[in-house]
Amino acid sequence: MSAVDPRVAAWTEAELGVEGRVLDVVTAPAPVLSGVGERVDPTSAEVVRLAADLVATMRVSPGCVGLAAPQVGVGAQVFCVDVSEHPKTREHHGTFVLCNAEVVSSSRNEKAREGCMSVPDLTGDVKRAGRITVRGQLPGTGEEVEVSTSAFEARALQHEIDHCQGLLFLDRAAGAHAIYARKTYL
Amino acid sequence: MSTPTPPPTQHAITVLGHDRPGIIAETTGRLAELGLNLEDSTMTLLRGHFAMMLVCAGEPSVAAIETALAPLADDGSLTVTVRAVSPGAGAAPAGSSWVLTVHGGDRPGIVSSVVGRVAEVGGNITDLTTRLAGDLYLLVAEIDLPAGADVDALEAAVRTAATALGVGATLRRAEADDL
Repeated sequence: MSAVDPRVAAWTEAELGVEGRVLDVVTAPAPVLSGVGERVDPTSAEVVRLAADLVATMRVSPGCVGLAAPQVGVGAQVFCVDVSEHPKTREHHGTFVLCNAEVVSSSRNEKAREGCMSVPDLTGDVKRAGRITVRGQLPGTGEEVEVSTSAFEARALQHEIDHCQGLLFLDRAAGAHAIYARKTYL
Repeated sequence: MSTPTPPPTQHAITVLGHDRPGIIAETTGRLAELGLNLEDSTMTLLRGHFAMMLVCAGEPSVAAIETALAPLADDGSLTVTVRAVSPGAGAAPAGSSWVLTVHGGDRPGIVSSVVGRVAEVGGNITDLTTRLAGDLYLLVAEIDLPAGADVDALEAAVRTAATALGVGATLRRAEADDL
């Protein structure tokens, strides 16, 4: 187990001090999903507002464990995650938002099938690191933090960082026959 | 008086035969020249034979597509078929999705015996690959089971069928994690 960063684990959207709005989620082939997001000033009012909006939109979306700015139509390197309720989660940091996040180190590739609110009709098998360290800034204070985690939270972070870089899970398909039509369940 | 535009017809096209570089480029190039839009397609090598199936949409007739693709088959190394199909129903609602893996020593009847158990419970196979590698036979299938299907009973039936054939079988849930 990696050590959970207490600062990140203690963070909640209440720190932002603004009420998040629920935004529409955009779907591929929207160009914003394929562009590299701009680096942001995590202390700016605009980014604080965006962070609150991302968390609010994630909260109202059933099963949603993460949302990146491009998914609400904003080409910026900001995302939120919260995998605390997911059965595949091991350690986790609850709800948090990172700005300008990048992967510092990663290891132990594992393949799993992913879906994405921005690609509603397809799923795909994607290899991702099972252990990861990510560096980024918290919105509002702009503090630099490093998050080391594993399993499902690691996968979610990589998926969201990819969004901020203009990549969808489709870009990481494990093979030509690793993309599937999404099943609609009764 | 103008007549209403009919919806574009879908065409199912298969190209089978001796593999070489450039078959897909040539096939899709000729279809593009006809203004056909490629929708779903799949291609693989089956024991080294080129095998492609695709569904495309557009106005050209079956005869026009056959004529355009005829040069592919000129030297006898490829077989091309074209037929009009009515649009597919799209993804039917499924109760749950599963991946079935079967592998073991090659012998006749592995596929038919195992997938027979799937059919008996109304399971629908949506993707299937089988490979023979030396003496090892492998089957991987994506299966939609109807709501209310008895998965434990199916798993037991598949295992029984597999055991009788001297091969192993596993049935795993195949649900994607939304991120």
